[in-house]
Amino acid sequence: MFGKLSLSAIPFDEPITMTAVGGAVLLGTVILGLVTYYGKWTYLYREWLTSLDHKKIGIMYIILALVMLVRGFSDAVLMRGQQALAAGGALGYLSPDHFNQIFSAHGSIMIIFMAMPFLVGLMNIVVPQQIGARDVAFPFLNSLSLWLTAAGGMLIMASLGVGEFSKAGWSGYAPLTEIEFSPDVGVDYWIWAFQIAGIGSTLTGINFIVTIVKMRAPGMKLMRLPLFTWTTFFTMVLVVWAFPVLTAALALLTLDRYLDMHFFTNTLGGNQMLYVNLFWTWGHPEVYVLILPAFGIFSEVVSTFSGKRLFGYTSMVWATGAITVLSFAVWMHHFFTMGASPNVNIFFGIATMLIAIPTGVKTFNWLFTMYRGRIRFTLPMYWTLGFIVTFAVGGSSGVMLSIPPADFVFHNSLFLIAHFHNTIIPGALFGFFAGFYYWFPKAVGFRLKESWGRRAFWCWLIGFYLAFVPLYVLGFMGMPRRLAYYADATWHPYLLVAALGVAVIGLGILFQGIQLFVSIRERRSLGDSTGDPWDGRTLEWMTSSPPPVYNFAKIPAVDDIDAFVDMKERGIAYSRPDRYGDIEMPKDTPHGLIIGGFAFVFGFAAVWHIWWLAVLAALGALFTVIARSADDDIHYVIPAAEVERIENERYRELASVAK
Amino acid sequence: MKNRTYFLLIGLSSLCAVTLLGGCSTMVLLDPKGPIGETVRFVIIAAFALMLTVIIPVFIMAFWFPRKYRASNTDATYMPKWSSSAAIEFFMWAIPFVIVTCLAILAWSTTHSLDPYKPIPSADKPVTIEAVCLDWKWLFIYPDKNIATVNQITFPVNVPVSFKITSDTVMASFFIPQLGSQIYAMAGMQTRLHLLANEPGSYVGRNQQFTGPGYSDMHFQANAVSREEFQSWVQGVRQSPEKLDLERYEELSKPSRGYHPVTYFSSVKPDLFEYILSKYHPTSGENHGPMSSGSVPTHPRTDVAEAN
Ligand code: HEM
Ligand SMILES: [Cu+2]
Repeated sequence: MFGKLSLSAIPFDEPITMTAVGGAVLLGTVILGLVTYYGKWTYLYREWLTSLDHKKIGIMYIILALVMLVRGFSDAVLMRGQQALAAGGALGYLSPDHFNQIFSAHGSIMIIFMAMPFLVGLMNIVVPQQIGARDVAFPFLNSLSLWLTAAGGMLIMASLGVGEFSKAGWSGYAPLTEIEFSPDVGVDYWIWAFQIAGIGSTLTGINFIVTIVKMRAPGMKLMRLPLFTWTTFFTMVLVVWAFPVLTAALALLTLDRYLDMHFFTNTLGGNQMLYVNLFWTWGHPEVYVLILPAFGIFSEVVSTFSGKRLFGYTSMVWATGAITVLSFAVWMHHFFTMGASPNVNIFFGIATMLIAIPTGVKTFNWLFTMYRGRIRFTLPMYWTLGFIVTFAVGGSSGVMLSIPPADFVFHNSLFLIAHFHNTIIPGALFGFFAGFYYWFPKAVGFRLKESWGRRAFWCWLIGFYLAFVPLYVLGFMGMPRRLAYYADATWHPYLLVAALGVAVIGLGILFQGIQLFVSIRERRSLGDSTGDPWDGRTLEWMTSSPPPVYNFAKIPAVDDIDAFVDMKERGIAYSRPDRYGDIEMPKDTPHGLIIGGFAFVFGFAAVWHIWWLAVLAALGALFTVIARSADDDIHYVIPAAEVERIENERYRELASVAK
Repeated sequence: MKNRTYFLLIGLSSLCAVTLLGGCSTMVLLDPKGPIGETVRFVIIAAFALMLTVIIPVFIMAFWFPRKYRASNTDATYMPKWSSSAAIEFFMWAIPFVIVTCLAILAWSTTHSLDPYKPIPSADKPVTIEAVCLDWKWLFIYPDKNIATVNQITFPVNVPVSFKITSDTVMASFFIPQLGSQIYAMAGMQTRLHLLANEPGSYVGRNQQFTGPGYSDMHFQANAVSREEFQSWVQGVRQSPEKLDLERYEELSKPSRGYHPVTYFSSVKPDLFEYILSKYHPTSGENHGPMSSGSVPTHPRTDVAEAN
């Protein structure tokens, strides 16, 4: 009846896990209780969960990302604590089984459920506005993607309390993930969480490519697209090319595990290196999926706060395109040590080095954008400067790894861990934070307090160096990654420094929490009634903060790369149209939410081999898709009079600010 | 930016410097004991120096530009529309291109010269060691001496060591940091590695690829000794009462937890290594190279002659 599931799946005997589960359940209950207490269920359901408004979907993505950031960071704290204690014969407080789950969960969560939702959330809020559109091309698909991602995240969270998570790393190499070596449900949780969220990502990719190609405002030629939109475009091209490979690799592994097939097994002709190749065919482009959007954000931020047009726009676009194409030709640098011939290795080594060229070009472009500007040191700018300096180091260590003989000694060492955190934390996460602070007033209507933000920034930056510079050294000292305990006591001091670094980062996260709290409390004095708090350059700053559902009452006409600066200079930025027309917008619908729910149930049932439930959930999802497809009544009209009323209010507010 | 910022940055960088210097004595990758490791160290230092030619200018600009062009400094030139310069853009593309070209040349030559499959030229006949990854220990077979050990190898200094590597479980990676390169161990496949120690000593070797719960214990000793000491060590192993026949092997290959103590076997079933490889190819008796799907000859790489 319940497949492999029984009460013994709940790890009552693991105090650390049970504390985490208890905390999560308690927090969940409190939130649900508050919603009930304030009678906000209908509000939540109507205005948020079923919303097709790209701005609200974006906000929900970012909330998911922030929650997952806290979860992923807690995992990092546990690992750092363990390695700070388990030196020279001591075993620490985590058993290897538990430690292995934690690094697997940390990597999986940070990449798929923190970084991905964060960047997709920012794109959702910003891209349609930057190109002067009223929504994305497929609003329903957008909601579906959100709920599929959330379903995958829920599945990982469920693995905390019911059963266990994968113990085979975020990359899930076969044959370790085969049933022979990992008979438990952990790997299945990992598979289904990735698979469900991955399908959501593919749909997002299609959606944004179509949006950017088809829905630009008149006059917005490709070479006038804001840089964030350009990087979104290339990112989504990567997503659409790469994610199907992951889907296929996971599907084959699923067949191995569930139907006793032998794609990647040791025996009966399976080929483990095939899995490794497929995984990194997705995996390497995936890291560019994380980094390219952040590059776009830095471009917007540098240009806005230098009060200057972006330097070398055309170079920037071509550099992004070059990175996109090259990132598909380098995957083998993840396993130079497989024993391939030198000619194979050097091909992938040089291809990897080549990526450094466009990346270097971008860095110089940002620097020369500041040159002869008027720089305002706002929070987004802090994160951007922190990024430029830190990323130069991380990028360089990457170039060192791209030389096959050097990789022969760095491979799988803490040098590698230091390298990729040194690229992904400044290169992706700092970028998302910059974007978060930059667009927060646009999405929500008020700014975040600078003082706490600066404290948080310094903690993150200093904490980062403390936590990861020692890992470079440990790499040279021969320490491999993923060690639950170690005999070599000379490593210990460095791991203590790294643990201190994590504590400082933790302080940074705490300050960010305080910042949010304080800013919400003081939202009136921090309010933005102009819609353009930073003296922005692109179309999203033309609307009010937060924008009306339809974004633009009249679709703007674009004449310049910095479209909004151009309008401000010509004095037409806030000119009113002669008259307003009716606006047709997509109707909200719960179908995405429902399919996401079924996907979660399906994943859970598949993990535990509860076949009847899996079949029911799959049928449920299928029928919901059919029901949605059969629904013709998917639009509603905002009458011209209503548009006029909303716009009048906006102009009254603008006038009151001008006084 | 304020003074406080500078203090923070100076403090931070001196901290990094101290951390780096403090580790020098134990940084095994910078203290190699063989020709492979020495060349690798040269590659790493050369690449690092090349990268500094980018890092340093970026650092200078990243501090100087924001300082000079801060909004409060109204004396600085302000050119809001200036956004391209053919000369600057040329150098932007050209400088990284030149650096990458240098790196590529360095990488090309060392990738070929340090190919782990390539025998190390020497007047001496290499010592052959067959390494097998088991859960969670390393088995080493000396086919020419008909002895085997667990978690310890000993070999003469200044004589090339030729490793044949495989796994009887999941994928692992064989690595002795102070001697140089690592290479994967994969079931049913044989990979090769050639190393040489030019200084006597006891070096740590380990598995560098995660293999499950016992992974943290998968380290071993690699002792480089004089020829005489090597001979007497071999004699010592031959005194061991333990023999590695098939039955004992089956027992040994079962998962063990905790560090497996060093064990000596005075004799080994003939062709045990080939037997372990062939377990995964019951029909053909042949082993496959990485990425090949059909049957291939015993050696996975066709570009390297099967030496020793
Ligand atoms: C917030 C600060 C962070 C800290 C302190 C941290 C710390 C760590 C630690 C200690 C490990 C394990 C290293 C080992 O194997 O010995 C690790 C692994 C990893 N981290 Fe992070 N991390 C952080 C942020 C991130 C972010 C933002 C990402 C990605 C977006 C990320 C992705 C990964 C991945 C993919 C792994 C490898 C997991 C595996 O071995 O399967 N981390 N991190
Ligand atoms: Cu890669």
